Amino acid sequence: MKRYFARKIFIYILTFFFAVTIDWLIPRFMPGNPIQNLLARASLRAEAAKVMYGYFTRAFGLDVPIWQQYLNFWNALFHGDLGISVYLFPQPVIKIIMRAVPYDIFLLLPAILLSWIAGNKFGAFAARTKWLDNTVLPLGYILTATPYMWLGILLAWVFGLVLGIFPISGAYSLAMAPHFSWIFIWSALRHWFLPFASLFLVMFGGWAIGMRNMIIYELEADYSHYLEALGAPRKLVRKYAFRNAILPQITGLALQLGVIVAGALVTEIVFSYPGIGYLILAAIQNQDYFLIQGCFLFIIVGVLLANFAIDIIYVIVDPRTRIGMAGETA
Amino acid sequence: MVLFFLVLTIVGPMFTDYLPDDYVGPRAQPPSSEYWFGTTTFGQDVFTQFVYGLYPAFLIGMIGGGLATFIGMLIGFIAGYRGGLVDEFLNMITNIVLVIPTFALLLIIAAYLTVRGFLIEAIFIGFTAWPWTARAIRAQTFSLRSRDFVDLARISGMNPLKIIFTEIAPNMMSYLVMVFILQFGGAILIAATLDFIGLGPTTGISLGLMMNNAVLWGALHLGMWWWFIPPGVAIAAIVGALYITNVGLDEVFNPKLREM
Repeated sequence: MKRYFARKIFIYILTFFFAVTIDWLIPRFMPGNPIQNLLARASLRAEAAKVMYGYFTRAFGLDVPIWQQYLNFWNALFHGDLGISVYLFPQPVIKIIMRAVPYDIFLLLPAILLSWIAGNKFGAFAARTKWLDNTVLPLGYILTATPYMWLGILLAWVFGLVLGIFPISGAYSLAMAPHFSWIFIWSALRHWFLPFASLFLVMFGGWAIGMRNMIIYELEADYSHYLEALGAPRKLVRKYAFRNAILPQITGLALQLGVIVAGALVTEIVFSYPGIGYLILAAIQNQDYFLIQGCFLFIIVGVLLANFAIDIIYVIVDPRTRIGMAGETA
Repeated sequence: MVLFFLVLTIVGPMFTDYLPDDYVGPRAQPPSSEYWFGTTTFGQDVFTQFVYGLYPAFLIGMIGGGLATFIGMLIGFIAGYRGGLVDEFLNMITNIVLVIPTFALLLIIAAYLTVRGFLIEAIFIGFTAWPWTARAIRAQTFSLRSRDFVDLARISGMNPLKIIFTEIAPNMMSYLVMVFILQFGGAILIAATLDFIGLGPTTGISLGLMMNNAVLWGALHLGMWWWFIPPGVAIAAIVGALYITNVGLDEVFNPKLREM
């Protein structure tokens, strides 16, 4: 088990290193010059532009050799310094991101966990139940194939505008400031519901299908047939199958995280929900590169942490990895 | 379903007299016999945009999905066949790319590119979507590697590349086709998402861009459902149909999954 974790942690550190390097590399080796862009927007006279160019080059630390820029980048990173936002000048990027993160957690955590649990239960239930299987399966596939933002738009349109039940933008009523009271919580919950629902539905479809297929696969395994032959009740056989089928689903959750994050980003944009996704949109529209870089790093760190958490859960759930017999497949 | 949209992509442009960005008529019209899917806030014909927007979806699915499948195959075969250190190394790379949220990566690349085309988008998608394919194919190759017929080929002095392509690959053909279909659908979804944030191609029109425009220009608040519903339906239908095709194939190849 120690070996298993050591390996995993090594991979994560390497990944983090890679990600940071990419984050540093891309702005520097992409065509186009951010400083030039910045100056172009200010439309200065030629001499003034030259002075400003020199100033910015120094200010962003671009006048030192490449390798030193790279080290400086790491150094700044460990001090929690991600640069200063251009769009919300002069707030530091890290502060802006920190303000957005609670909304992300508030939205994503319940959506991911609940859809995963509900999808698995439902998929297991639907497997080999004729009429459910026939209706659920196509529906599930269409749900997973639905682009997140489109479902979001649809929900916003139907429930927000046509029926007028739920508000469709922001995280709480504009008339309020965040504070701790029932009215505020109620308002926040109402604003939270639609983004949550659209994320939940798309993911639900995927998990239900995955689980259904896994259960069928497990029910065909020898131990299931053996149990059946012994005359074990259907419920018991299914229980065993479920416990085996849940393992690939846990791994699946880890693999899907990236996709889920992407979906969450666009969902937030649809509902103007002030999380990281909304921030990224603002950053892109304002060409705020530091903010984009910061968000990128933040997403990476979040996904890595989540992956690590899933690894730990996997070890707890699957006794085989604990003994170290079959852990290498993961 | 896929065929239907494919046909629509090919013949669609013949049914419209306009180009997607032309301002053809009255603004914000609901669907009518003149403008089949209505018009946008600017008076662009939604049907025209829709038909032209289908083409990039297939292009990106084809190139992005194809590239992802190809890279995945290559790495999976080599890692699975060679084993040992090569395998360790390739496996590590796969794991790293697997953990990085590819979408965030695409996002940051796209944000820095000032001119973007569909082709570039497709290529980047291909380069980030391969890891799970590589992993799955590696596992399959691993189990095929020690079969008798592969051993026989090796003993008879065939070179490794030839063994991979004439002995191992044909045995996984059904699986490879399914992988390609999945990657195809995945690439379309990713492209639509990118377009929606406004990081799609800078020229041309696609289904994701249509949704982007619709949301940006207040189609929701104006109740212009004809603007944002068609692109989403098309994407969901194409990708959903692909997935279902996949299940169908799966059941053909793997009798265990068939309904009793």
